[in-house]
Formats: sequence, structure tokens, C-alpha cells
Amino acid sequence: MKRYDVVIIGGGVVGASIARKLSQYRLKIALLEKEEELAFGVSKSNSGIIHPGTQNPPNSLKGHLCVQGNYLMRKIAMDLGVDFKEVGELIVAFQENEIPELLRLKKEAELLGVPGLEIVDRAWLRKREPNLNAEACAALYAPTAGIVSPYRVVYDNAENAVRNGAEIHTLAEVEAITKKDTFFVIRTKKGIFNAKYIVNSAGLFSDRIANMVGINDFYVHPRKGEEFLLDKKKENLTNHLIFPLPTKTSKGILIIKTSDGNPMIGPTAEDVESKDDLSTSDEGLAKVISAAKRLVPSIDENDIISYFAGLRPASGKDFIIRREKSVPGFITVAGIQSPGLTAAPAIAALVCRLLGESGLTFKRKIFFHAHRKKTIHLFTISPEHTKSLIRKDPAYGDIVCRCEIVSRKEIEDSISRGARTADGVKFRTRAQAGRCHGTFCTSRVLKILAEKCKKPVTEITKRGKGSEIVKGEKRVA
Amino acid sequence: MLRERELIIVGGGPAGMAAAIAAHESGVRDILVLERDYCLGGILNQCIHTGFGIRHFKEVLAGPEYADRYVNQIQSIPEIEISIKSFVVKLTREKVLTYLKPGQMHEVKAKAIIMATGCRERTREMIHIAGTRPSGIFSAGLAQRLMNIDALLPGKEVLVVGSGDIGLIMARRFTLEGAKVKGVVEIAKTTRGLVRNRVQCIEDFNIPIYFSHKISKIYGRNRVEAVDVVQVDDTYKEIQGTLFKVPCDTILISVGLIPENELMEMAGVKLDKKTNSPVSDGLNKTSIPGIFSCGNSFKVYDIVDSVTRDSILAGHLAAEYLKGAK
Repeated sequence: MKRYDVVIIGGGVVGASIARKLSQYRLKIALLEKEEELAFGVSKSNSGIIHPGTQNPPNSLKGHLCVQGNYLMRKIAMDLGVDFKEVGELIVAFQENEIPELLRLKKEAELLGVPGLEIVDRAWLRKREPNLNAEACAALYAPTAGIVSPYRVVYDNAENAVRNGAEIHTLAEVEAITKKDTFFVIRTKKGIFNAKYIVNSAGLFSDRIANMVGINDFYVHPRKGEEFLLDKKKENLTNHLIFPLPTKTSKGILIIKTSDGNPMIGPTAEDVESKDDLSTSDEGLAKVISAAKRLVPSIDENDIISYFAGLRPASGKDFIIRREKSVPGFITVAGIQSPGLTAAPAIAALVCRLLGESGLTFKRKIFFHAHRKKTIHLFTISPEHTKSLIRKDPAYGDIVCRCEIVSRKEIEDSISRGARTADGVKFRTRAQAGRCHGTFCTSRVLKILAEKCKKPVTEITKRGKGSEIVKGEKRVA
Repeated sequence: MLRERELIIVGGGPAGMAAAIAAHESGVRDILVLERDYCLGGILNQCIHTGFGIRHFKEVLAGPEYADRYVNQIQSIPEIEISIKSFVVKLTREKVLTYLKPGQMHEVKAKAIIMATGCRERTREMIHIAGTRPSGIFSAGLAQRLMNIDALLPGKEVLVVGSGDIGLIMARRFTLEGAKVKGVVEIAKTTRGLVRNRVQCIEDFNIPIYFSHKISKIYGRNRVEAVDVVQVDDTYKEIQGTLFKVPCDTILISVGLIPENELMEMAGVKLDKKTNSPVSDGLNKTSIPGIFSCGNSFKVYDIVDSVTRDSILAGHLAAEYLKGAK
């Protein structure tokens, strides 16, 4: 039976960031994920914004972690070969009497240490954001806002953690936790794991995990957000992330630039009952379209190529990150909704500190592989680079996904890096994520997955068991 | 120096092949056909049903047979170079084409270009069906490919959304393979497809067809489990009290086709925002002189015989243009 220093429960952006952080030290680490792949829970619906730290109360934990995380994410992105684009954000006011609200947001953000904030006027907006509604009269400009691919942050952190000795176990849903002498016994669908310390970063299910060790003082409420993705052709719809003035419950419906180029509009914010209610609605679409058009009137419903819903793991107003005094060695990381992706590197650092306070000793590894070779995406590189790659490996010239220009080589690579499902390939490479929605490439993606995973095509799934893509081999006449 | 070619045809389906052969007949002696798939024939290769060629060949052929006639003919013409597995990534106004193929990347300049890139299906996303996003939702064309080329059965209890020809044909196809087709749901009052497909694919197999109905929601976390079907009025608004649930494991989307003209758009060819066809003052012409378009990338045709007829004209047109340019 294996014994670990730290077992992290939950393989989203928080769990993967913690795993990578801990992998710098001489510790035996395992990351447990209940789904078939990492980032299949809350993280898969993340909008990819690296927030500057605005729109958080100055005394909040999430505000502080967001500002730190915005700073830390740049280095991590560089180390891991994740594209980080600092595009800046604008929080837009439509009436003169809203300007005091912008000033209040600015003041609060400055108290948190958000750098470079500026109130910009109509002329500034017209010049730098020409598609913005001409009625916009001022905005709070936060230059440090950025965008990343949320999937790549999870996968690349995890990959680097594994490179540095951490273990990742998928399909390892935790069923029970007991304490035996000085360690925890974690019973999972993949067997028993013993650990001196547990980090509970189980997202929507962190309350369920907490209950297993007798912690019952918080509950995770799923809050649904529907998002709508536009065609890549509209990449230059806006130059910044565009926010309306925030409401009490959310940052509102935004115009989001994404790391792969497709603009995104949304999200809605709606409290729901079920932790797997990922349905989208006609009302959600109507709400998002009308709010987005108010910001950028030229947005056209016909440019929507995809939509999805995600669940925020809300628990009160702030993050809950603490060591549990009643259960020594157990660290809770719960309620990580926005700005969770941004804050993730800072959360990882905080968790290390809490583990230290709980008695864990940290010794740096002599060899820590901090850098990861950047994953190649043909759609992001120059023609010359493409040409030299094709010369080196002919499979780069074999295009599988025509809408997003993804080669067979990239798909095979994604599988060697851990993709096991059609969605896993999509999140890593963008194959099937374009305007034809997989009509032309699904058949080939299936075959490549089957071949590389040495499985029959009938066992290849969209996102894990139960989501097999085809129902069987055809009858042979 | 860029390699220069007389005529480059993008797409080796029925349109591209007919245009290439016609251009050759009109005297063009340097023709390059770029096909992204492993073989010529385009989407005809997966259309194993019959009904092709009635007008053009005065015979009833299956899709691959129809394609084969052109494949044989085009392969016998030495002046037509065919490059398969060749994917065009860039087209400029100056008619410079960049294409990738396994192990190679090429940039070529053409005196004339015929775009014969076909069309793609409208997706579930384009008609905004609410609900979950499980596996089991296929465009009719993808289901056709999985069944007819890959010999896989995409699903066992199928609901077809839209009554486009591919959807109707696939309803019959699924039935013949032993799957249960629960019905065809069409938002309009009448079928979008050909009458013969309605009769031969739906009525002959007693498949229920619901006109003035739409699906309003998809259920199922991992795999499709059911859909809500609801009747609509003349303005396509849902009629209260008419909703019913249909259990199924598969949804086929067949709600129309759109010309696939991203490359032309990249080159600056004017496209109609609604139809995605090139804005044109004549058949097969585009807003850029020397860039022509034919077949389903010019406009979506009902039958391949018409694609062939008009693509032949595109071949002649390009040849005439090249003569004038000399």
C-alpha cells in the first residue's frame, strides 16, 4: 500500500497548481480526480481571464490572492509554455452618474494593490475600442488583465508536476476517509491511498469530502453560468476584456477575449440545485445576447458557434482556505469561484504555508524541472515555423481538423500527454471546437484515439464512461 | 520565386472534378487540383444510396459510382495534376495559395483559381437548441460518414431534427441497420428535402414526421437520454401545452447547409452574410477577377447533377479568363 506525504483531492486548476507547487519539494504527492481526465469539472468551463484584482472587496482573501496570482501567473505561464496575453480590461459606464462607481471600484482595487488603473474617457474609448457602444462615456481601465487557456493551465501544471515526480490518478473518486494513527486512509474507486496530509480542492464536491472527516460547516452551492463562443473570424471584435458595472452577485455579462481567438460572451449567474446541471437555456441565450449587444452592438447571434454551461462552486462570499484544527493535517480549499484561475498560483503558495504550519517539512529538490517545452499549435505559429516542423515530422502536414487547423501530430501528442477522450483532445488541441463542430474531423479523431489508446473505437468516449460516441459496430450484412 | 500555375482548383469533389475536366477541354493545359481528403470524390463517397446521375447520365447511380466516373476520366488526363491530402490554409487576393500536405508545405501562385470547397452542415449550435451537451448529437453527415465509411453504428434510438435530404436519407439508413428512428421533427410546414426522399425514406418506412414542431431541449448528462418536442405556430413560437418528451439516445441534426467559403473570405471575396455564397454578377463568378467558385461553395444545390452542369461552366469560364489574360 502506497503512502504519500500529501494527497490532493480534485484535479482542477487549484489541485493541479498545488500539485506542481508541491512537486518542487522532496515529497511524495498524489493528485486524485474522479473524472476520466483533469479539468473536467469546474475548470473546463472557465473563461480564461486572468483578472487584475478589480471588483473584489479590499479586505477579501480572494482579492489579495487574485492580485498575487495575476503576478505569479506570468512566470508560471512562461515556465510552462502557456500563452499569457496581457490584453487589459475595461469596466464600462454608460452614464455620467455612474462615474463615481468607477472611482469607487478604482479606489478599492488600489487598496488591494492593483497597479496601473486609470479612468478613461469617451475619446480614449472611441480610439482604442471602436466597436464599443458609442454611448459608453467612461471606463475603468485595468492594464494588467490578461487571458490564458484555462485547460492548458491545468494540463501543463499537471504535466510538469508529473515530470517532477507527482502522481496523478484519474477515475479515482474518493469514497471514504478515515484516520489511522498519524495518517489518513483514503478509500477511492482506484484503491486505497494513505497520506499524512490531505488537501481538499474538490470544487463542487469539496463539501462532500469535508463531510467525510466530520467537517460540516460549509456547503457548496452550484451557481450556473452559460457562455456563448463566437466564430474565430470575430477575433478582433474588441481589443480588451469588456465588463459592465458589476452587480451584487456577479461581474455581469462580459465580452471576453480568449486565448485561442474566439470571442466569448457571458456568463449568466443562476443558483441551481443540482451539481451536474450543465444545461443551457433559451432564456440564458436571450439574456447574454441582449447584455452583450449593449456593450458591443455589432455582436450577431449568427456568429455563435458553440455554447456551454459551467458551475461555480460558491460557498459564501469569499474563498475558504484553512487548515482544519479539528482534523490535523487536513487543508480545506473550497468556494473557489471567480477569480479562482487567477488566484490558483497564490492559493498553491498559501496551501504550502498552511501545510507547513500543520507540521509538514519542505526540502527543495536538487533537480526541479521548472520548465516545460511549449506545446505546438499550428494555428499560433508562423508559416516558416510550420514549414520547418512539417519537414521534421510529416504528420504536422496532415490536417485533421479543418476549421481550427489541427494536425494529426498535435492530436497524437495530446494523447501522449494524457488525453483519453474526445473532449480531452478538444480541450488540448481545439480539434472539434470550430465552426463545423466536429462534423468533418470526429471520425478521424476517434480513430486516432482508438489506435493510440489501443482500444476499440466503440469504447472511445466524449468525456468518460457512459458517453461513448458510437453505439456499436455496424451489422455486417 | 513563387511557382506559378495556370489554374488551381481547390476541392476534388464532383464540382472540382467537373470544372477541371471542362477547363482542360477548353484548352487549359496546366491544372492543379488540391483535395484535402485521401481520395477524390468528396462527400459523394459516403453517399452510398442511389438517385445520382438521373439527369446527367440518364442512369440511376450510387454516390461513389457517380464520383468514380469522374475520377476515372480525370485520372486519364495527364495535364491535370491531382494532389491529395492537400489542405489549403491560406488564399490571398493576389491568388497565392498556401497548402500543407504530409511532409510538405507549398506556396503557389495561380493565374486563375476555381474554389470548389463544397459546403458544411449547419450545427445544433447554430439553431441554439437548449439543454445539455452529451454524446449522441451528430450532424446527419457525420452519422453518414461513421456508418458508411467507418462501419460504425452511431446510435440505436434516433430522432432526426430537420428534414433536409441527408437527414431523411439517414433516417432510412438507420432503420435499415436495425436502429429505431423515433421521428423526424421539422419546424416548417413542409419538408425541406426532395419529395422522393420524403416518400422513399420516411413514408415507406412508417417513420413519424412532425411538421411545425421543433425540439426545445436536450436531456442526458453523458449520453442523450431524451428530447422535448413542441409544436410551433406560424412565427415559429412554441405553442403552450403541446410539449412532449421523446426518449432517444441519438439526435441527428439536418437543418441545412452553408457554403464553406472561409478561404475566399480570407482572400477578400465578398460573401453574402446570410447565405455565405459569394456576391456575384454571374454564375460561378466572385468579386475578385480570376477567382471563380462552383458547386456547393457557390450555392447549395439539391442534386449533384446540377453541381456537375454548373461546374462545367465554371471550367469553361476560367479557361476563357485565362485566354483573355494572355
